[in-house]
Amino acid sequence: MSTMNKYINLRKRNLSDAWYRAKQMYVCYLFLLPFAVLFVTFYILPMFTSIRYSFTYYNILEPARWIGLKNYINLVLQDDIFLISVKNTFIIAVITGPIGYILSFMFAWFINELPRWLRSVAVVVFYAPSIAGNAYFIFGIIFRGDVYGYLNSFLVRTGIINAPILWLTDPKYMMTVVVLVLLWMSMGTGFLAFVAGLKGVDQAQYEAGYVDGVRNRWQELYYITLPNMRPMLLFGAVMSITAAFSVADQTMALCGYPSTDYAAHTVVTHLFDYGYTRFDMGYASAIATLLFLTMILTNKAIQSMLRRIGT
Amino acid sequence: MQKKTTTQKVTNIAHRRQPNRSRGGDILIYLMLGLTALIMVYPLVFALAASLKPLDELFRFPPRLLPVNPTFDNFADLVVTMGQSWVPFGRYLTNTVLITVLGTAGHLMVASMAAFVLAKYDFPGSKAFFRLVVVALMFSGYVTGIPNYLMLTRLHLVDTSWSVILPAFAAPIGLFLMKQFMESIPMALLESAKVDGASEWRIFWQIVMPNVKPAWLTLIIFSVQGLWNVRAQTVIYSEAKKTLTYALQQIQAGGIARTGQAAAVTVIMMLVPITIFILSQTQILETMASSGIKE
Repeated sequence: MSTMNKYINLRKRNLSDAWYRAKQMYVCYLFLLPFAVLFVTFYILPMFTSIRYSFTYYNILEPARWIGLKNYINLVLQDDIFLISVKNTFIIAVITGPIGYILSFMFAWFINELPRWLRSVAVVVFYAPSIAGNAYFIFGIIFRGDVYGYLNSFLVRTGIINAPILWLTDPKYMMTVVVLVLLWMSMGTGFLAFVAGLKGVDQAQYEAGYVDGVRNRWQELYYITLPNMRPMLLFGAVMSITAAFSVADQTMALCGYPSTDYAAHTVVTHLFDYGYTRFDMGYASAIATLLFLTMILTNKAIQSMLRRIGT
Repeated sequence: MQKKTTTQKVTNIAHRRQPNRSRGGDILIYLMLGLTALIMVYPLVFALAASLKPLDELFRFPPRLLPVNPTFDNFADLVVTMGQSWVPFGRYLTNTVLITVLGTAGHLMVASMAAFVLAKYDFPGSKAFFRLVVVALMFSGYVTGIPNYLMLTRLHLVDTSWSVILPAFAAPIGLFLMKQFMESIPMALLESAKVDGASEWRIFWQIVMPNVKPAWLTLIIFSVQGLWNVRAQTVIYSEAKKTLTYALQQIQAGGIARTGQAAAVTVIMMLVPITIFILSQTQILETMASSGIKE
């Protein structure tokens, strides 16, 4: 009992301490206020409303009606298209996430050893696709289904195929094309962080490494570079996981919305379908909530894995 | 600054003489880099070339990458097509420029103010708030799209440019990068100013902000890149308020007959962010050097 009281007293003291410090530093809160208000309004509250709406039937016109877990049950048990979209999203995330991440790091690492001017050019070349607006649209012309499409015309002329392939409308090829386009765009914010982080690794550590017998670039990478890069690796992972699970614009632009047999349907396009076309906000919120949980859990899992690097 | 570049040169020379690098590995890496660079740049060059091709070359069989008789016809046609649209082209452009400029300026200001106190002071709740911002980096805007729409409806902001501008002010990535960068400003600098009797606002405005100019550019490019491409078709539905990207994508969706114009659109849309990046690369990389998530 007495330990309990001690604990409560301690808490009380901590709280009053905190309150005192908060009053002392009220200016800090004024600085934080504009951001905090907008951030809570447009990022944090919506998250909670989304979770709440996911347990309701809500079509905007009528007030939301509580229906418990029904949205979730329907999603998993009855909605075949949702399951297709989950499968597609996981295929995309599992392939483009890790590969894009590793490629970003690898090319950042290679670029880091280039002479200064060449490095600047290389950074622009590798980073440009991810910031080039919707330049992925151009793949629609390259992969066009008729013989005027660049890839088809090339394959027909070289005799590899004798009839054009419908790259963007044949379910057999759609996902491959989408994955390739996404990999092309995968050198994003994480890549920049890697380039910058590699430049900042203390040169003295490498020199100490030569003395201590680091024999080749791979050992150097594992024992010196990676441990130094851990904060960047964490940041890059967050960026690429979030991007890998939010794919929608590219599939809609290339394969159409909806795509043939839903072969390029992703969780986000499914969310669009229910949210903005059918106005079934409760159902769409359930999709959003599941997506949110997947993103957060994957991020947490990958982070705890990355923290072990080099230790 | 001068000193920094000289040390960089020295380390660069040291880099090339690293004793533990095999010649074979170097050649292999250069080959891979070169090849991948070609793949990365090909679609962009392709878009540029296609936008300069006259109609007969766009549908030439077999197709070739570079135009034989380059022409600006596609861009001229684009102006004509847009001129026939219901809402004048200039209107879309003004909307997007307004959204981009206001959204970016507000974001820079609001995020920097918050980043300043989070980076430099330890006040109750500051750590928890920053952790929340890091969590917000982990989910994308799609997840909160619907409640956001409902929130904007309640605030009577739907169908105005503010529905895009206000949420952009509080983009978590900007606060995150700014805060990490501001941590490198020595506390002593702020304390000496405080001894001289400067207010927090003056410290922020006259000491901190001028010292984080590289981070400004980084926030600007991330914000511009997002807002310039924003379609906002879910929150803005009056034709006269729609964005340039939205209008341009209607043209891109125009099918095969508009291939040339569509390529011209792609070029216009990609040139803005890429140009800004090329002009500010050094500063952006300086900011990204502090971007890591510390444990």
